Amino acid sequence: MKSYLNAIRAVIWKDLTAEWRTRENLSAMLVFALLVILIFNFALELDIQAQESLSAGVLWATFIFAGTIGLNRSLAVEKDRGCLDGLLLAPVDRSVIYFGKAIGNLIFMLLVEIIVLPVYSFLYQVPVFQPGFLLVVVLGSIGYVAVGTLLATMVIQARTRDILLPILLFPLSLPVIIAAVKASQGFLLMVPLTEISAWLNLLIVYDLIFTAAAFMVFDFVVEE
Amino acid sequence: MIQVKKLVKRFGPITVLRELDFEVRSGEFVALLGPNGAGKTTLLRILASLSKPTSGLVQVASCRLPEEAVAVRAHLGVVSHQPLLYGDLTAEENLSFYARLYDVERLRIGEVLDLVGLSSRKSDLVRVFSRGMQQRLAIGRSILHNPRILLMDEPHTGLDQEAGEILDSVLREIALAGRTVVMTSHDLVRAAELASRLDILSKGKIKASVATKDLNSADFVTFYRKALQGNGGSA
Repeated sequence: MKSYLNAIRAVIWKDLTAEWRTRENLSAMLVFALLVILIFNFALELDIQAQESLSAGVLWATFIFAGTIGLNRSLAVEKDRGCLDGLLLAPVDRSVIYFGKAIGNLIFMLLVEIIVLPVYSFLYQVPVFQPGFLLVVVLGSIGYVAVGTLLATMVIQARTRDILLPILLFPLSLPVIIAAVKASQGFLLMVPLTEISAWLNLLIVYDLIFTAAAFMVFDFVVEE
Repeated sequence: MIQVKKLVKRFGPITVLRELDFEVRSGEFVALLGPNGAGKTTLLRILASLSKPTSGLVQVASCRLPEEAVAVRAHLGVVSHQPLLYGDLTAEENLSFYARLYDVERLRIGEVLDLVGLSSRKSDLVRVFSRGMQQRLAIGRSILHNPRILLMDEPHTGLDQEAGEILDSVLREIALAGRTVVMTSHDLVRAAELASRLDILSKGKIKASVATKDLNSADFVTFYRKALQGNGGSA
């Protein structure tokens, strides 16, 4: 168990160190996310009512698109230099690679969200700094990254992986996106917790199911 | 150390390996030669547990593949066409990463860097390394965990004469250390100099096998051509 966790930590450390040096992935995700937030802000400015009801959707669309960029790049790095074989040759259970990559991707996504949320709060005049809302952001991101990392690994061999990933990922992550948007909207509009709890439960169940499923099928996904 | 019997590998309708038999004893250095598409890389990937056989028996270090793949991987070091290194990490960071994956003491990183002659460049990013330096570091990565078996897929690809010679000296040291080595190559003379046995693979089967000590260097090319034409055998 100790070597299993050490190996996961090694994969995370490797991704963070490489990213810290280049900042390619993070800067691409961040610039994209800020642009989307800004563009939607101008587009929705004329209609305050629409802005209130749509702002949670805008936020999640931003996170999802930025997250997809990150997922694609994170696995492409492994493929382009053949490093995926290096990981697959390690004498550890291959789920180590999944968890290492997924946690690394989650850290990148959360970092982008930490920077985007204050800008979003300022532009859309919404109270995002409340525990419930932040919990939704974390749970939604976990679910998205859990399924996204699995699918990004699946399409890594394909020449059209950049296109293929969103085509597969968006329909599969629809439950987590809908639940995250509904729960976020509930917290922003100060709806009672009892009305939001069903969405929160859906997020938790989705996270658990897809993390467990990825753990079970990852070995088959990376098989030649 | 390596035992392969009636190995078949198909990719859809294409059969790459056809009931191939192959055996390597402990401490042997076997060079696998053959034309492009002969199945050399496919065989190496199966031995490395990166690909599954369609049928047949594959045993590496007394463990059966693919069933005991994790155990096999602990005994294997693999050098491929690509260095399997991260360009945005330094040489030392790359080895440190693999050391953690293989649960190897950090002390070993310095030893390996010395062995491949890269101690003075340990803090440089791998992306600024020449192809030859990357390949030496790749070999360092492959022997980091002291594997009993080394699988090398055309390790000299893309190297100039000088880098090739440095790589040869590293390979000789590895062979002298008693490791079992299987290397694919297109360089007949170099393979014959390094290996203790030459196996010629063509159309998914071993066509001929010869101990290098039994053959004069002038006869290598004739032997290779004859083997490909189907007139080879075991010498």
